[in-house]
Amino acid sequence: MSDVKKIATRQAYGEALAELGEKYENLVVMDADLAASTKTSIFAKKFPDRFFDCGIAEGNMASMAAGLATTGKIVFISSFAMFATGRAYEQIRNSIGYPHLNVKIAASHGGISVGEDGATHQCLEDVSLMRNIPGMVVMVPSDYVEAKAAVQAAIDHNGPVYLRLGRSNVPVINDREDYKFEMGKGVVLKEGTDVTVIATGICVDSALRAEELLAADGINAQIVNMHTIKPLDEDLVVECAKKTGKIVTVEEHSVIGGLGSAVCDCICKKYPIPVMKVGVQDVFGTSAPCDELMRRFRLDGQGVYEQVKEFLGK
Amino acid sequence: MENLELQKLANKVRQGVIISTHAAKSGHPGGSLSAADIFTYLYFEEMNVDPSNPKDSDRDRFVLSKGHTAPGLYSTLALKGYFPFEDLTTLRQWGSYLQGHPDMKSTPGVDMSTGSLGQGISAAVGIALAARMDHKDYRVYTLLGDGETEEGQVWEAAMYAGFKKLDNLCVIVDNNNLQIDGNIENVCSPYPIDKKFEAFNFHVVKADAHDFDSLREAFEEARMTKGCPTAIICKSVKGKGVSFMEDQAGWHGVAPNDEQKEAALEELRKAGEALCQM
Repeated sequence: MSDVKKIATRQAYGEALAELGEKYENLVVMDADLAASTKTSIFAKKFPDRFFDCGIAEGNMASMAAGLATTGKIVFISSFAMFATGRAYEQIRNSIGYPHLNVKIAASHGGISVGEDGATHQCLEDVSLMRNIPGMVVMVPSDYVEAKAAVQAAIDHNGPVYLRLGRSNVPVINDREDYKFEMGKGVVLKEGTDVTVIATGICVDSALRAEELLAADGINAQIVNMHTIKPLDEDLVVECAKKTGKIVTVEEHSVIGGLGSAVCDCICKKYPIPVMKVGVQDVFGTSAPCDELMRRFRLDGQGVYEQVKEFLGK
Repeated sequence: MENLELQKLANKVRQGVIISTHAAKSGHPGGSLSAADIFTYLYFEEMNVDPSNPKDSDRDRFVLSKGHTAPGLYSTLALKGYFPFEDLTTLRQWGSYLQGHPDMKSTPGVDMSTGSLGQGISAAVGIALAARMDHKDYRVYTLLGDGETEEGQVWEAAMYAGFKKLDNLCVIVDNNNLQIDGNIENVCSPYPIDKKFEAFNFHVVKADAHDFDSLREAFEEARMTKGCPTAIICKSVKGKGVSFMEDQAGWHGVAPNDEQKEAALEELRKAGEALCQM
């Protein structure tokens, strides 16, 4: 697998903005002194008149974006997930969410894959925070290809969107002819009958690796890429529940409030079956290289494989 | 418009504040009354707005950063013709388009949803940025409470507006010197407010919130000021116009009961009649 192309989803975001800036003259981008890291710098270089560096003031950025959106602009605001959704939560809720304004919160550095910066910069609550806001769409692309598609989808949707992006280079898994992105529609990457593994973001790759290991043990797992967490593809979740009888969710996020919770909300309402939530188990992250963190938090292929086996009692 | 006409309108704005908060049995009369003359001046003299075309992209914008004084704004919008004055009695009731705090989705004439202090000024800065980007010459006004300036976000917004030299932005501070917990000097003094705005590269003007000559002079100065935003610090009296509410922190967020409503309206009607005899 070492020859697989690896690119960070934030890179896709920056490139997509710069491309789409041509087509959408009302596209405006804001950042809070992290343009080099969130990759909005690519847009800034090309469209300096439509880029605002707001300085280190995320709350002000979110509310200013709301003001801009009242005049018909499509506004993307970026920072690290921790500060975009944590520091500016209430501004996003009240200035953007309540009036349902056309602002896209595209945050990089989501999850533990941030790596060495440690707990203060590893946001494990962003999906939970954004999912709580009525009318907010939440998308977590799994790779470079999907992140680009998600930026276009965010523009096509009139209303607030949260887009979670990552810092680290991750394998490109969607680079194929028939790839199609539809907001709110999960993707069955592999059919199976014993258990369904529903993953999001960079954990989709982990799920695919786990699937190979499970197959070697004679376990036939269905693998789903749930790139949109809200609105959740409930039809697909129920379909998986009926077909395999067991579901495992996998995310680089707290098990409280993220993909796992969204799936459980659906399952307990529509078709109750056992669900296991693989993710960060209500603890803070810590400093270490990305790969080691994914391994130690059991979110790499091996970790997911082991946890699915434990869940199945095998 | 003559000052006398503005005074008559402000008197009616105040009556609307009493009528609506009484009907709602809740709301914020104190700060609505202190800002009544400012609302009146903005909507009947200063701003280029048309109630028959509330979404006109060239209109001047107003963001009520101190969103809790919605009764004052609603009363003004009703008198201006955005919706019927009688509807003020639906304030804060189930199904009403007059929410407890301004909601741009439901109320004609409301340019931005506000209520959480400190956020409105940022939104106003965003709108002012948009005007500049679009080469439009509309102006953006935002009204803050003096207690509201205790919010750090106010100064993030001021820093950015000053830095960007947004001379199409006019920040107004309703300086009635009272917040819920008492005198602002005793709670967490934001003074000197004028020096703070100056430090953030604003042109600062002081005005008497209850004197239309003073307001006229201040807003004209703001309009003439180029190369930086203007902050108008308006010295005001909380509860202005209803003697038993004046300068009382207790009337920040309490509605008048039946008796108090009658007393307040009688006082305002008398003041209104006196204006008509001038």
